[in-house]
Amino acid sequence: MGQSPYIRRRILEITSVASAIIIWEIIARIINKKYILPSFTEVVTAFLKLVSGGELYRDIITSLNYFAIGMGVAIAVGIPLGIMMGWFKTFDKAVDPIIEVIRPIPPLAWIPFAILWFGLTQYAAGFVIFLGAVFPILVNTYTGFRNTPRVLVESGKVLGCIKNRDLIFRIALPAALPSIATGVRVGMGVGWMCVVAAEFFGVSTYGIGYKIWRWNDLHHMDMVLTYMLVLGLIALVIDRLFRYIVQEWWLKWQTGVVV
Amino acid sequence: MLSIKNLNKTYHTEEGDEVVALSDINLDVADKEFVCFIGPSGCGKTTLLRITAGLEKPDSGTLTVNNEPIKGPGPDRGMVFQEYSLFPWRTVLKNITFSLELKKIPKSEREKIARDFLKLVGLLEFADSYPHELSGGMKQRVAIARAMVNDPDVLLMDEPFGAVDAQTRNRLQHELLNIWEKKKKTVVFITHSVDEAVFLADKVVVFTARPGTIKEVISVDLPRPRERTSFEANAVREHLLASLGAEIQAAID
Repeated sequence: MGQSPYIRRRILEITSVASAIIIWEIIARIINKKYILPSFTEVVTAFLKLVSGGELYRDIITSLNYFAIGMGVAIAVGIPLGIMMGWFKTFDKAVDPIIEVIRPIPPLAWIPFAILWFGLTQYAAGFVIFLGAVFPILVNTYTGFRNTPRVLVESGKVLGCIKNRDLIFRIALPAALPSIATGVRVGMGVGWMCVVAAEFFGVSTYGIGYKIWRWNDLHHMDMVLTYMLVLGLIALVIDRLFRYIVQEWWLKWQTGVVV
Repeated sequence: MLSIKNLNKTYHTEEGDEVVALSDINLDVADKEFVCFIGPSGCGKTTLLRITAGLEKPDSGTLTVNNEPIKGPGPDRGMVFQEYSLFPWRTVLKNITFSLELKKIPKSEREKIARDFLKLVGLLEFADSYPHELSGGMKQRVAIARAMVNDPDVLLMDEPFGAVDAQTRNRLQHELLNIWEKKKKTVVFITHSVDEAVFLADKVVVFTARPGTIKEVISVDLPRPRERTSFEANAVREHLLASLGAEIQAAID
């Protein structure tokens, strides 16, 4: 056929998604109950209505705002803490027990305290997302630092890089970047899951997660499904965007980066 | 210029055992001399090199470079490691400018210096490549340039050509001698290969099996460029092989 492997892969992908949609449509039409399984066409109609009304746009902005707050703090806390724990053994031994106690608590269990401490504000939602995202970032940064090849640290030393500060920023940090990128990526995944939970307790009357809950109360399952798909789509876009940025700028020096 | 006196080093394993790595080492290396360390595996020659680099501390004894005691890593000693040690996130050029950045030398100047050294190792056209794009031999040439750019008095090399194929190895040996003759550095070079030692060294230091002591120091007074298979080279090689063979046998027993 003379097609490139890229085009062949794309064709396969499109065929696969299209078949899934057709099967979904057929099953939905057989069941023929919108409140049990809305069909693809019904979801598209609902989606178009949401887009034209401008409501969806506002929901997305609201959710992304919470996500940005949570992720921002998680990165600002997780990376420095991971660096400190990875580089200074005494600090690690002192802090590790505390982290090991807090880490297994599911972020959603913090919701009562999130509301108590931050009220029904964006910061309460951000706090829950932060708790979901911070540990993968912390642990991966720590691991990255711990696995800094000894020969690179020693090469630095014999080249005049002696101070901890220089060794951390000039050698261990760049060496740990692939691991940190993985941590941020996993953290974003967990953080995005927490967005839905964080919005269920009603910090705003907008937001993708909140709308899933509200349309469910009204038994508009086409709307619920639409918001679910939007949720997934945005996660996909964020992930792809992050991967692109990491590969093109951050880790261009790596061969076949897998984050 | 490099002087080692009564040096001892013992390691303590986690089980509480003591392993004597180096015992009563005395050695003087003259200025601009090319010295090879050779000995059975685990005889402590790498430890001695690492102590000289300042990466490890001796238990007792003194170590001086130009009469200055060694307290830690310093710009007077450059090192090339056995493993590939280039910073993978830096281009070839930026690997070489690393130590110059730390010295706060302006960018244009340090890149000019780095290019001169890249030319010296014949890799100027790879200035903007990343280490993963280079072959093993090329990586070690860059590592040599990176160590030389700091203008050290002594270049410490821990089996730098151990991981490259035989032909590349021969070529790298030639290149190293060229660089050594141009830049006139003192070189301490660890090798497992008697051939390599005979081709390169002014002086070969033979180590005994553990605990590591210096068994003998052999001068190789052959004119350069050396003929690898000349009668004189073969004689030195034969002597070294016999001396080393006894130690390897001792290490096995």
